[in-house]
Amino acid sequence: MAPINPRVNPIDHDYFPHERRGSFSVIGSTVQRADAHGHVTGRTRFFEDTAPRGLLHLKVHRTTRHHARINSVDVTAARQVPGVVAVLTHEDVPNNWYTVLRLIGIEPDDEPVLAEDRVLYRGEPIVAVVAETEEAAWDGAGRVVVDYTDLPAVLDVEEALAPGAPVIKQAGTNYFVYEGHHCRRVRFGDVEAGFAAADHVFSWTYGSAPIEHAPTETTGCIVVPQGDGRLRIHSNTQAAFFTLDNTALIIGRPFADLQVVGGTVGGGFGGKVDVMVEPLACIAATVTNRPVQYSYSREEEMQVSSPRAAERIVITDGVLDDGSIVARKVVLYVDAGAYSRHSPYGTTKAAAHFPGPYTIPHVHIDAHCVYTNRTPSSAMRGFGVTIGDFALESQMDRIARELDMDPLELRLKNAYRDGDVKAHRKVASGTGLIEVIQRAADLVGHELAAESRLLSSTTPREG
Amino acid sequence: MPSQIVTLTVNGSPQELIAHPSTTLLRALRENLGLTGTKRGCAQGACGTCTVLLDGEPVVSCLVPVVTVDGAEVTTVEGLADADGGLSPLQQAFLDNFAQQCGFCTPGMLMTSCALLRRTPAPTRDEVDEGLSGNVCRCTGYEPIVAAVLDAAGRTSAEVGS
Repeated sequence: MAPINPRVNPIDHDYFPHERRGSFSVIGSTVQRADAHGHVTGRTRFFEDTAPRGLLHLKVHRTTRHHARINSVDVTAARQVPGVVAVLTHEDVPNNWYTVLRLIGIEPDDEPVLAEDRVLYRGEPIVAVVAETEEAAWDGAGRVVVDYTDLPAVLDVEEALAPGAPVIKQAGTNYFVYEGHHCRRVRFGDVEAGFAAADHVFSWTYGSAPIEHAPTETTGCIVVPQGDGRLRIHSNTQAAFFTLDNTALIIGRPFADLQVVGGTVGGGFGGKVDVMVEPLACIAATVTNRPVQYSYSREEEMQVSSPRAAERIVITDGVLDDGSIVARKVVLYVDAGAYSRHSPYGTTKAAAHFPGPYTIPHVHIDAHCVYTNRTPSSAMRGFGVTIGDFALESQMDRIARELDMDPLELRLKNAYRDGDVKAHRKVASGTGLIEVIQRAADLVGHELAAESRLLSSTTPREG
Repeated sequence: MPSQIVTLTVNGSPQELIAHPSTTLLRALRENLGLTGTKRGCAQGACGTCTVLLDGEPVVSCLVPVVTVDGAEVTTVEGLADADGGLSPLQQAFLDNFAQQCGFCTPGMLMTSCALLRRTPAPTRDEVDEGLSGNVCRCTGYEPIVAAVLDAAGRTSAEVGS
């Protein structure tokens, strides 16, 4: 083991008066990563470094349409490609409909493993081809012939919610239903009364595009049938048990039949949380009784792996002349793309994060999880929060500019403090925003007013 | 076209393998020789993850048909350490500077850096930036990697000087 290097940064213990000094043996010192030696010697084993004898390769035929009815699927030519050993359609998937978050009670199962009579986004898989080589699998997948009738595509979140928009989802709405409601809602105080009492009302809209994680290692797995009939799944999933449970449910086998070997991920960032490759590889390994690899090409990683959702956020604030924000209304549209995956959860997280770390007496939040004919979006680093913070803090800067106020003073005035009741009816505790802003101002040499210097998170708000 | 026998010297050892004309050097190293330290990133020559040294020069091994380099000398990440497992100054500098997170781009970064330092033993910051510009990292940002290469250059020159 590499020796622990001497402490490089002294700790300001004043912030931790109740901690024992002995608790600080790691913080502030340099400790080598446990996996670093394997990384620099090339000995870390990623999933693809497993090379079982007789490995087969699985590739899928993907639709070229945004939204279409499937009239027929012809796999005759695919089966005739030399080296192709199996061709799978939705009929080969024991439980074809799923949604990954059903493990925590999210409904309905809105996504097919392989498309049945419709495709909802460009790149949706329809047929899986299993072959002796990657080349033969690609060749076979390319020879699948699908006859379509194109349907009108919905490619914008507000268009999807407009009256008369084509309904693209089987459940009958182009939005996820939260306990009977068309969006995830937060209601606190009376936002209209707050606007009426305000000196200014500011409303601005913020938007973001989808963001692809682009890990250097593409999504993939190798499934190896075991002598006792179980399946060993070598995967780069970020969520081994999520993968195990969802895969078992899809293939209709007991959880104990599957073993996931994972934990080594060549870049994930949330992009390897969905369960995209393991179910088909397990079915193919079962059908052929041979090891099967299903890995995305770089093109597939860019085109069909779930990106961070595009978001559109409208923030309307009622503000007093002194900078106090008395009302905040947020309308969020999350573009889930064609299927739910983790977006219903991400949208709830966004609703929980607004109106930001500020104490505002009147708050109204509508967070819509919207379906469109775009690539399904899902988890990525703080999804549901990151874009919201961009919008919230941009809003704070713009308000400060409109009022000709220091942007830090505006934030200090509205910053939550211990004891404040937040819009979600939780009493704030352990807050530290005021101290963080004061320290940040010091570090960059930003002047603060004398009374702002005296503020603290533990001083109760007046009135 | 039929497969053919290819002879290589890999990390100092003579190797013989049977390869189809479409077999890449990357696949030959990983699947024929079991040297899985070299990673597949994009398989289209864009990310630098699969970089190895071919007769001392860095190449993206996913774009090299192995039958075209019969007789060549190849160095992979497995060939950087001493025979007894002692890390090279470059590997040690990557450790000490935390120049890796997920580790998937690390072998390619090491091989590109190794070639850079052989060509330019005392590179400037700009030369390191330029030298690594063909290698993608998605986790750490590039600062610790650049720092590691500059650190390694210092260690190597100190060794030579002593």
